[in-house]
Amino acid sequence: MNRPPAKIRIRDLRKSFGDNHVLRGLDLDVPAGRSLVVIGGSGTGKSVLLKCILGLLRADGGSIEVDGEEVVGARGATLERIRLKFGMLFQGAALFDSLPVWENVAFGLLARRLVGRAEARERALATLAKVGLGAEVLDLYPAELSGGMQKRVGLARAIATEPEILFFDEPTTGLDPIMADVINELVRRSVKKLGATAVSITHDMASVRKIADRVAMLFEGRIIWEGAIEEIDDSGNPYVDQFIHGRAEGPIRVLQDMPAD
Amino acid sequence: MNPLAATGRVTITVSRTVGEIVFFALDGMVRGLRGPWYPRQILRQMIEIGYYSLPVVGLTAIFTGMVLALQSYIGFSRFEAPDAIPTIVVLSMTRELGPVLAGLMVAGRVGAAMAAELGTMRVTEQIDALHTLATDPLRYLVFPRLVAGLLMLPLLVLVADVIGVMGGYLVSVYKLGFGPIEYINRTFDHLEAQDVISGLVKAAVFGFIVALMGCYQGYHSRGGAQGVGAATTRAVVSASILILTADYMLTEIFFSR
Ligand SMILES: Nc1ncnc2c1ncn2[C@@H]1O[C@H](COP(=O)(O)OP(=O)(O)OP(=O)(O)O)[C@@H](O)[C@H]1O
Ligand SMILES: [Mg+2]
Repeated sequence: MNRPPAKIRIRDLRKSFGDNHVLRGLDLDVPAGRSLVVIGGSGTGKSVLLKCILGLLRADGGSIEVDGEEVVGARGATLERIRLKFGMLFQGAALFDSLPVWENVAFGLLARRLVGRAEARERALATLAKVGLGAEVLDLYPAELSGGMQKRVGLARAIATEPEILFFDEPTTGLDPIMADVINELVRRSVKKLGATAVSITHDMASVRKIADRVAMLFEGRIIWEGAIEEIDDSGNPYVDQFIHGRAEGPIRVLQDMPAD
Repeated sequence: MNPLAATGRVTITVSRTVGEIVFFALDGMVRGLRGPWYPRQILRQMIEIGYYSLPVVGLTAIFTGMVLALQSYIGFSRFEAPDAIPTIVVLSMTRELGPVLAGLMVAGRVGAAMAAELGTMRVTEQIDALHTLATDPLRYLVFPRLVAGLLMLPLLVLVADVIGVMGGYLVSVYKLGFGPIEYINRTFDHLEAQDVISGLVKAAVFGFIVALMGCYQGYHSRGGAQGVGAATTRAVVSASILILTADYMLTEIFFSR
C-alpha cells in the first residue's frame, strides 16, 4: 500500500509538567485522508499529544508540522490560521455552558462569519441529526443533557464546519453500544466521504477496529508501534498484544509490585 | 532563612505578577479593539454589571446617605452649623463614597462571578475549545467584560449619587427638621461639575479594575473546583485593595489640580 503524504509530521516531541515527563521524543506521521487511532494506557499523554498539536499546550521541544507549517513556537495569527483546519472533540466535551446546544454546534460557523444566525440554526439541526440528536435538544443548555448526549453535541460541534483535520478524544466513551457504532460510522464517513484526516483516541478495541486505517501505540512518552489496522493482531509487539487483549500480566506494569502474602 | 533573600523573592514575585496583569490588560484591550467584535457579549456583560447591580448599589447608597446625614448632624450641630449637612452629603457621595462603595459592592458581586465563570471555563477546557473554534478568548471573553466594567460603573455611580442624596434628604427632612426645598437648594449650592466628574472618573477606573481582576484570576485559574474557588477569592480581595489604593492616588491627582 503506497502511503499518502503526511498531513501532520511530528518529530522528537517533548512535553513535561515539572518532573512528570509525559512526551519524551515522540515521532509520528499522520497520513492525509486517513483515520489514525492512538491507543495507550490511561495517563500516558494521549490527550496532551492532541493539545500540543493544536498549540493549546506549548511543547517543550521538537517539531510538529501541519501541511509543512511549524506549530511549535508559532504564535498569534499563524497559530490561529493553522487551527482553522481543525475540529476537536474534547475528552470532557467542553461545551459552552452559557450557550444553548444549537449555538454550541454552530459556534465555529458563527465565529467564522460564514452564515447568519437563522441559517446557523438550520446547519446545527442538520449536524445534530448526524449524531442521533433531534430538534428537541436545540434550545436546551449543556447542563440539561446526559453525559453521552453532551459527548455527541461536542462531536457535532467539531464536525460542523467540515474541517480538514478532525481530532476525537474518546468519541464513544459513555455511549451505549448501538450509539457507539453510529459514532464509529460517523468517523469513518467523515474520512471516506469528506476526505478528512482523523486522529482519534479510544480505549475501546471494537471501536479501534471500526474506525482505524492505522494504529499507533503510545507508551512511556513515545510511539512504540505504528502500523495498519490489519497488522495489529500479529504486530509481534508484546506491549501491543497485552494492550489489545486487555491483560493485567505482561511487559506493561500497571500495579506497583506488591509483597507476596 | 536569609531575610534579604526572602525580601528579594517577594519583590520578584510581586513585580512579575504586576507585570503579567498589566500585560494581560493591554493585550485584552488592544486585541479587543482591533476586532472582531462581539457586540452580543458586550451587551450581555453591560446588563450583568449595570442592571443587575442596581439593587445592591442602590441599597448601599441610600443607607450611606442616611448615615452621612445623621453623623454630620451630630458633628456639625456642635459648631452650630447643621446647614452644612446637604453639602456634606452630596460632596461625600459624589466625590468619594459613591464610587468606592459601588466599586467594592460590584467587586463582590461581579468580580467574583467573572472569576468563577472564566475559571470554570478554564478548568473544563471551554477556553481551549474557543481556541479550536476560530475564537480568541481574549476578544470573546475578556474584552467585553473590561469594556462593560469601564462603561457601566460610572452609570451605576451616577444612580448611587442620586439615591445617596435622597437618603440624606429623607433623614434631614423627616428626622432633623430641614425644609424640603431648603435641603434641595443647599445640595446644589456648593456642588461643582468637577465633584461629579471626578467621581465618575474614579468609577470608570474601579470598574476596569474589578473586571480586570475577575478576568485575570479566572483566566489563569487551575486545578478544579478548589482552584476556581481560590481564584474567586483572589479576584475580590485584589480588586478591593486595588480600588482603595487607586482611590487615594486619584484623589491626590484631583486634589492637586
Ligand atoms: N494541564 C496539565 N498540567 C499538569 N499535568 C498535566 C496536565 N495535563 C495532563 N497532565 C499530566 O500528563 C499526563 C498525561 O495526561 P493525558 O490527559 O494526556 O492522559 P491520557 O493519555 O489522555 O489519559 P486518559 O486515557 O486517561 O485520558 C498525566 O500524568 C497528567 O497528570
Ligand atoms: Mg485523555
